[in-house]
Amino acid sequence: MKQLKLTLKLSLILLLLPLVVAAQTPEENGLAIAQEADRRDAGFGDFNADILMILKNKQGREKIRKIRIQTLEVEGNGDKSLTIFDEPRDVKGTAFLTFSHKVRNDDQWLYLPALKRVKRISSRNKSSSFVGSEFAYEDISSQEVEKYTYKRLGDEGYDGQDCFVIERYPVDKKDSGYKRQVAWIDKSEYRTLKANYYDRKGSLLKTLTIEGYQKYLDKYWRADKMNMVNHQNGKSTRLVWSNYKFRLGLKDRDFNKNSLRRAR
Amino acid sequence: MKALLATISLFFTFGLINGSVATAHEISGYMAAEVRGFLDDPLYPEQKRNNASVALQPEYYHEWENGSSFTFSPFARLDSADSSRSHFDVRELNYLWLGDPWELRIGIGKVFWGVTEFVHLVDIINQTDLVESLDGEDKLGQPMVDLSLTMDWGTIDLFVLPYFRERTFPGRDGRPRSSLVVDTDNPTYESPEEERHVDFAVRYSHSIGDWEIGISHFTGTGREPTLLPGSSQSGDPVLTPFYEQINQTGLDLQLITGGWLWKLETIYRACQGDDDFFSGAFGFEYTFSGVFGTPADVGMIAEYIRDERGEEATTPLQSDVAVGLRLSFNDAANSEMLIGVMQDTKTSARLITVEASRRLGSSCKVNLEIYVFSNVPPEDALYDLRDDDYVQLELTYYF
Repeated sequence: MKQLKLTLKLSLILLLLPLVVAAQTPEENGLAIAQEADRRDAGFGDFNADILMILKNKQGREKIRKIRIQTLEVEGNGDKSLTIFDEPRDVKGTAFLTFSHKVRNDDQWLYLPALKRVKRISSRNKSSSFVGSEFAYEDISSQEVEKYTYKRLGDEGYDGQDCFVIERYPVDKKDSGYKRQVAWIDKSEYRTLKANYYDRKGSLLKTLTIEGYQKYLDKYWRADKMNMVNHQNGKSTRLVWSNYKFRLGLKDRDFNKNSLRRAR
Repeated sequence: MKALLATISLFFTFGLINGSVATAHEISGYMAAEVRGFLDDPLYPEQKRNNASVALQPEYYHEWENGSSFTFSPFARLDSADSSRSHFDVRELNYLWLGDPWELRIGIGKVFWGVTEFVHLVDIINQTDLVESLDGEDKLGQPMVDLSLTMDWGTIDLFVLPYFRERTFPGRDGRPRSSLVVDTDNPTYESPEEERHVDFAVRYSHSIGDWEIGISHFTGTGREPTLLPGSSQSGDPVLTPFYEQINQTGLDLQLITGGWLWKLETIYRACQGDDDFFSGAFGFEYTFSGVFGTPADVGMIAEYIRDERGEEATTPLQSDVAVGLRLSFNDAANSEMLIGVMQDTKTSARLITVEASRRLGSSCKVNLEIYVFSNVPPEDALYDLRDDDYVQLELTYYF
């Protein structure tokens, strides 16, 4: 009986939720959507995945990178992640360790295998290109809710799905390469399907489209394909994700300077 | 050889215990060919104007499901001019036993300590393979037992180093080299145990907020020899390397404030009978990203290096200002360039270096290196290298 009551209560709250959302300002509304997306992804624990990165230049010539990534969810703070390069061969074994934070700059270490050197690096150059791709460091770093302010622009259909269209503005205005971003988030599952990135002058710089979402552990959506097109230089970068594995029992000890040195 | 056998038997013992396989029998590595051209005629009659060289460094790696691993990485170089530069070394041959919260590495390995870019004062575990490169960043494999414990309050590394590796030096035909050849066949030691003296080291390191901190102590055979005038077995005047027993305490610090990296390395070295001394380096690194509307980053590095021994120092950098400009083009070929200028504040000698590299295709890399010794007066430690400005081109294939 108790159980039933609780379920009823929950469904009432859920029914009322869209009304509550509607009663807010566009800013509160945008934030609420970002928080809901974050809430839905919480609790995954840890995962790793392989990434094939395909860089395409203006002439259509392609170059590839092979990367592995491990992520550990940290309660009350940003995620920890380890990014390891397999290809090109000259950077094999090069790895990044990142402790992301909700408000302050992320902590980041780089491992150079030839010198066996671990180097703490500044995470402030977030607008720099990640290994020559069209993804900037800030695009691939952990997307914490607190790193942006939000505004809901309205609703729009995208790729046959009913979407929220929200605008977000980097809190760190000084170092971000963007003035604003506009994202299409589907209403049923709160997954980002598309995002436009506007440079500091306000011109459209890049468009990211995300496809092939699959559900893991019956709850967590992860995409198989991401494509970032740079409208200003004509280049693009595709990410093909595979071998997602969740809840491997990763611990803090898998994300320290010793594990960075061991990363292969 | 004993160490080698011990490691191999350990490998098999643990291999049997561990069973399942994560990264099975992986082979990677590189092959490189280089040509070096000097701008001036050599100062010493045995030297040749130019040289060519090839090198090979394969690596075998095996990892078990529990994270323990085995690594074997030999290195060999053949040089057209200098027989001392043609050499073989085992860079790595070790078993890593992964526990929680500890890891134990047994065998021949390599370790790097420190934060600064132009000198590596604190870094003492591995001997410098000086024939490889003048920058001293190439190291010989060091036999070791390294126990590393990671706790909430930092990481402690304990080292036992059972065998000493002598520094390599260019031979009579080598270029660049000192006017007197270093007689590496007849090194002398303070310890009667010579290269069998067992050395110990301990290091504490931790990241606290925006700080990186490292405190280390080493006791044993110093890696930097004092070069004493002597004569070879055939009676020629040579420099004889003398390896002292030392106690060295080191501190390395790095602070990040926004885009600035502030760095400090300092050592205090105590030797038998001789004067103890301090040596230090401090400086900064700052990176501008996306310069002139391009994706390129420009990094500025400046460091001041001071050695209390002054001109008596066993290194050429004793009172120097070093500045560097690092260009990262952030392109698909990973094009990079580092220009460095090291200026001796006392003798006004100047060393200018350029290192540039870019990837060719998917598995090759081309590397350009330029060394210019400028304005070097007779009292400077680099005087013997005054006519050794060179340009080196290297092509590396990775597999």
